[in-house]
Amino acid sequence: MNFKHKFVFLFPGLFVLIGILIFPIIFTIRLSFSGWNSYTPEMNFIGITNYIRLFTDDPRFWESFFRLSFLSVTTVILQYIIGFSLALMVWRDIKFKRFFRVMFLIPMMTTPVIMTVIWRTFFHESLGPVNDLLGAFGVGPKWLSDPATAKITVIIVEVWQWTPFMFLLLLAGLLSLPKEPFLAAAIDGASAFRKFVFVTFPLMAPISIGAIIIRLIEASKIMDTVFVLTSGGPGTATETSSFYIYIKGLREFQMGYAATLSFTYLVIMIISLTIIAKVLTKLMIKE
Amino acid sequence: MKTIKTCVTALISALLVFSPVAYADKWSDQFPHIKATGDIPGECSYESMSKKDYSGKTLKINTHAVPVMGEPTALHAEQFAKLTGAKVDVTHTPAGDLYAKAMVPFQAGQAPYDIVFGFSNFINDWKRYLEPVPKKYTEMRQMKDVTKSHIGVASWDGVMYQFPVDGDRHYLKYRKDVIDNPKYQKKYKADTGKELRVPRTWKEYGEIASYFNGWDWDGDGEPEYGSAEVMKKDDLMYAAFFSRSVAYSKNPRTPGGFFFDLDTMKPLINNPGFVEALTDWVEATKYVPPGGINFGLGDEIGSFGGGQTLFSFSWDDALIAAMQDDSPIKNKVAAAPLPGADRVWNRMTNRWENQYNQAPYIVWGWAVGVANKSKVKEMAFDYLCFFANDANHQADLAIGRFGVNPFKKSDFDPNIYIDTMGWDPEIAKSYTDTLLEMEEKSKNRVFPLRVPGVFEFTSAVATGTSKALAGQLSPQEALDEVAKEWEAILNRVGKDNVKAAYAVGVAMEDNKL
Repeated sequence: MNFKHKFVFLFPGLFVLIGILIFPIIFTIRLSFSGWNSYTPEMNFIGITNYIRLFTDDPRFWESFFRLSFLSVTTVILQYIIGFSLALMVWRDIKFKRFFRVMFLIPMMTTPVIMTVIWRTFFHESLGPVNDLLGAFGVGPKWLSDPATAKITVIIVEVWQWTPFMFLLLLAGLLSLPKEPFLAAAIDGASAFRKFVFVTFPLMAPISIGAIIIRLIEASKIMDTVFVLTSGGPGTATETSSFYIYIKGLREFQMGYAATLSFTYLVIMIISLTIIAKVLTKLMIKE
Repeated sequence: MKTIKTCVTALISALLVFSPVAYADKWSDQFPHIKATGDIPGECSYESMSKKDYSGKTLKINTHAVPVMGEPTALHAEQFAKLTGAKVDVTHTPAGDLYAKAMVPFQAGQAPYDIVFGFSNFINDWKRYLEPVPKKYTEMRQMKDVTKSHIGVASWDGVMYQFPVDGDRHYLKYRKDVIDNPKYQKKYKADTGKELRVPRTWKEYGEIASYFNGWDWDGDGEPEYGSAEVMKKDDLMYAAFFSRSVAYSKNPRTPGGFFFDLDTMKPLINNPGFVEALTDWVEATKYVPPGGINFGLGDEIGSFGGGQTLFSFSWDDALIAAMQDDSPIKNKVAAAPLPGADRVWNRMTNRWENQYNQAPYIVWGWAVGVANKSKVKEMAFDYLCFFANDANHQADLAIGRFGVNPFKKSDFDPNIYIDTMGWDPEIAKSYTDTLLEMEEKSKNRVFPLRVPGVFEFTSAVATGTSKALAGQLSPQEALDEVAKEWEAILNRVGKDNVKAAYAVGVAMEDNKL
């Protein structure tokens, strides 16, 4: 039997896949070997010059990468803890359950850039309402102008914005759990804490890993919050990899070098996330 | 008979005398934006444009987001469309993306926009894709009114690529009601032993700003602060740093480069003059409002314009905001030249010269050009000429949020601000005298860096100086890092390429162009 005609049906899908996924990656790789910038407006070939520059003469990229790692891991851990707590809360039969479910999702439904502008106004140290309130207690943190506090501010905004996503996934997971293990635990007289540790948490592990990985992927692209809130400052205190790549590519118009940074970053992220997924699986899922 | 003759003569005289008013009213009735002046005759006036017919043609413009420059672009586009029958499509783009949004299609050989707005320091990268302004426009009366400085800013080696629509420079803005207040002058003298006056040097600026920092000196129940400055990383902060540097590093006795030594192309950014300026700037973090280290231009305008600080220095916007009718500090502020320094670095002798030095910084400015691949170049230049005609320009000047600032010699007449904007005559005079001195009289001016890879150079300055402001590095370490980065950029771009372009800017600074 001749099944060649099946390729005709596959072709449109493959074409779209190549167009929107494969081509941009191949183009980025090719661009990363060029010196395209504002004064060399062409896709020339300069070999691995950009890669040599990245690995030998660009500590700022690596600093921004480690800063990003800190910010994304911290925010995702906090989002997981808070999101799981909220999901557990509305999983039970409590009053106004539906109201809380919708309310907890609101931050995720807002536009990140707009919300960050609002947060920036809140945290404005001389005109914002947060320090106005704290001023009554004689406190006035430097939310955006101190290198350490600025990181915390970025974390607060990110956690506020994206915890609902974690909450949504984990609540869906909780609602899909089988009832039998919980009945068995209840018959055995297990306390709420033991039920959580030995039943809920292990059953939720696969979903938790998925949610954490999805959020890590998203958090590793953090850009709009940093852009609006601090512009990477003070100094370089909140500069992340994606913001640094944006500066090199679209502010300084070093397109070739920005492609090198992007591709290297993509490779690092694929490797890191694969390792993280394996480690999480080993830690959280007991055979 | 004599009575009739007298009446006829009076009637004719009245018609002649009042005809410009009648003529002006005809257009200001249709276009209320120019109601203060009516149409002003000229090559690109409302009357002249109404005689053009661009029906069936489309003009595409990429401009800044509203309101700054974006709002006047859209307003004048609508007026131009009504007058000429053209269709005008206006795209608004955030400031940070203006360069790339035009540059990517330019480099790909396309012209999705007939007119592109940007900043004057884009000129070196953009000029090969822009149509030089035709002689018809460069020789018209409207253009002859543009100051020599801004003809220079819009031109490259004598060829004009950018049509002047705005003029910018940094200068000092201060609270006149405090500095000129006898009560505060007496108190300051008693407390410090010094005179309270408009600061002549950056050190004096720092002393006065520190004194007036953190207490309620205007009696509004809120504390006020010393100075509002653009310190947020990458948000034009490099321009603020250069404003503080010119007094220490632009030595009129050492021509041949402010940013680099033109002969050797050695970066001068870490010489003691720049380090002194950065040291002052780090000190300034103590007298800005809380969070002032994170102030962008909008914050600076809001802070000084809203009456929060004693001083500010940057473009006109903060002063215009303070002088708008709804401002609580209208007619309580004034303009003055940027402070100077009691000593200036001599890079040839490698020694400080202990004498007073001051240098104006003619920085940036909105710029606009016509793509050389545009198919409607004539219409595009007519639009730009109409945008900057005298009636539109005077009306635009009065609206702070438009971001249109003086660049014509006629703008330096204080009566414009007194009659049409209700400014106090003394303040209007301080404003026009300050601008005129910088634009037309000073021989020690500094212009923005306009070389290939300019954004790499300025980005390195922003990164280095912001590290110093945040306390991550000392001023010397920060500027050494910038100098090292500048060397790397020079090697990438090519020293000769940068040198050739930089020579054009140096010729302007050395008063040879």
